[in-house]
Amino acid sequence: MLMWFCEPMKILIGIIVLLSATLIGAQESAIRLKPGAGQEKITSYCSGCHSLDYIQMNSPFPNRKLWEAEVNKMINAFGAQIPKEEVAAIVDYLTTEYGSP
Amino acid sequence: MASGAGLLLPRHLLANDSEFGPNELPQGFLDTATLDNLPGKMPLIRKSFRPPNFETPISYFQQAFTPNNAFFVRYHIADIPQVNADTWRLSISGDAAGKSLELSLNDLKTQFEQVEINALCMCSGNRRGLFRPHVAGVQWGHGAMGNARWKGVRLKDVLARAEPQKNALELGMNGADRAAMDNSPDYVKSIPIWKALDENTLIAFEMNGEPLPHWNGFPARLVVPGWTATYWMKHLTALNISSKPVEGFWMKPGYRIPKGKFPLVQRFVTQDTEANTPITEMVVNSLFTNIGGNVTFEAGTTSVARGVAWDGGFGIAMVDVSIDNGQTWRRAELGADLGKFSWRQWTFSMQFDKPGKYVVMARATNREGATQTFELIENPAGYHHNVVQRVNVDVVL
Repeated sequence: MLMWFCEPMKILIGIIVLLSATLIGAQESAIRLKPGAGQEKITSYCSGCHSLDYIQMNSPFPNRKLWEAEVNKMINAFGAQIPKEEVAAIVDYLTTEYGSP
Repeated sequence: MASGAGLLLPRHLLANDSEFGPNELPQGFLDTATLDNLPGKMPLIRKSFRPPNFETPISYFQQAFTPNNAFFVRYHIADIPQVNADTWRLSISGDAAGKSLELSLNDLKTQFEQVEINALCMCSGNRRGLFRPHVAGVQWGHGAMGNARWKGVRLKDVLARAEPQKNALELGMNGADRAAMDNSPDYVKSIPIWKALDENTLIAFEMNGEPLPHWNGFPARLVVPGWTATYWMKHLTALNISSKPVEGFWMKPGYRIPKGKFPLVQRFVTQDTEANTPITEMVVNSLFTNIGGNVTFEAGTTSVARGVAWDGGFGIAMVDVSIDNGQTWRRAELGADLGKFSWRQWTFSMQFDKPGKYVVMARATNREGATQTFELIENPAGYHHNVVQRVNVDVVL
């Protein structure tokens, strides 16, 4: 224990490490997307594979065509289980809340 | 973090637009940006929590080697196991291997010559967030890179044990990370066999004198000096000596640049299509590390601009700086040569006599004579942004 007294930085780093292990999950769940029609579909179809800050980060520059391409990439390249009939509602939400004309 | 005299904003030495990066980043990122700790890491600029993508704040780049606990983190897929070094094994096989074998970490440390190399590790998409028009992807600013001293063994020494055959074309590699879903592509990459057999390509297990941090590939990763980090496979588990081009989403269509647009020397022709080719070496680039965005200086006093410059492994020949919007250029003073795969630090003393608005720029040139561009070279995935950086300076009395 004496060694620990000599190395306060190590204690500090140790505390940061311990705290952050539990904080990361909590931090992700603190992400709040803008409320809007279709928001619940984003949570159920997108957040299984990635955190939703990907959407915030990639905004508001995508137009509808780009958001549509992104959703289709998730389905075709990454195997996202999004039923065809839900795609339009997801793209609508992304374009309205996180897109540009 | 010493600043030159006359810099009016020494407290926050990086007089950048925001602690999260340049103002040019997408507004949706800037509006929600935070600094967050991954376990074992200092607060880094969070791009995404899952998979974890975290960027190094530029202030760390004033050190020649980027601290392990501040080194950037980039993952493509979200299932990242904690690898046990005692039970970890590296398997080497393939249709162009004379034999298959498995090695432990202890085997790597005791049966092969131990070597060290200084090398910059930079994400292919570094500065993607500065593209105009913006392109989709992780919206990196300047900090998806870090310079480190890597220790390990030569990949060619390890591959020799598997007796590569004459028809060996590419080396495939895989790591312990997995996709969140079974039908999502695993992160598998390849490099040309000649690059795998290059004496500078390593399997590293130490970084800056310590074991690799978990988030940077513990217990062993590939180090492919000069080439972008997409090839620096982390948590390395399998090598595949292949007689055929290695397939998979992350080789094609992933990580492609249009043919003929960039002045590159090293090519990866076995993966070429008619339109595009895999990204390979880094383009010549430079970055101010103590100023950025908009800064204010006092007229008549001398300030020291600091920065780093790098390229794809030929070495930096010179860095020129202009303080008058590119009309005249003077040479910056280069710091110690840490090897051709390392970045090169530089400093530049400057004095502004009259109050007014100035634009300060830096441009690096490598030993091949290649330099940076003034106009963005557009490409769909947002790679190789090496547009000369502009810092707006307000000189006041």
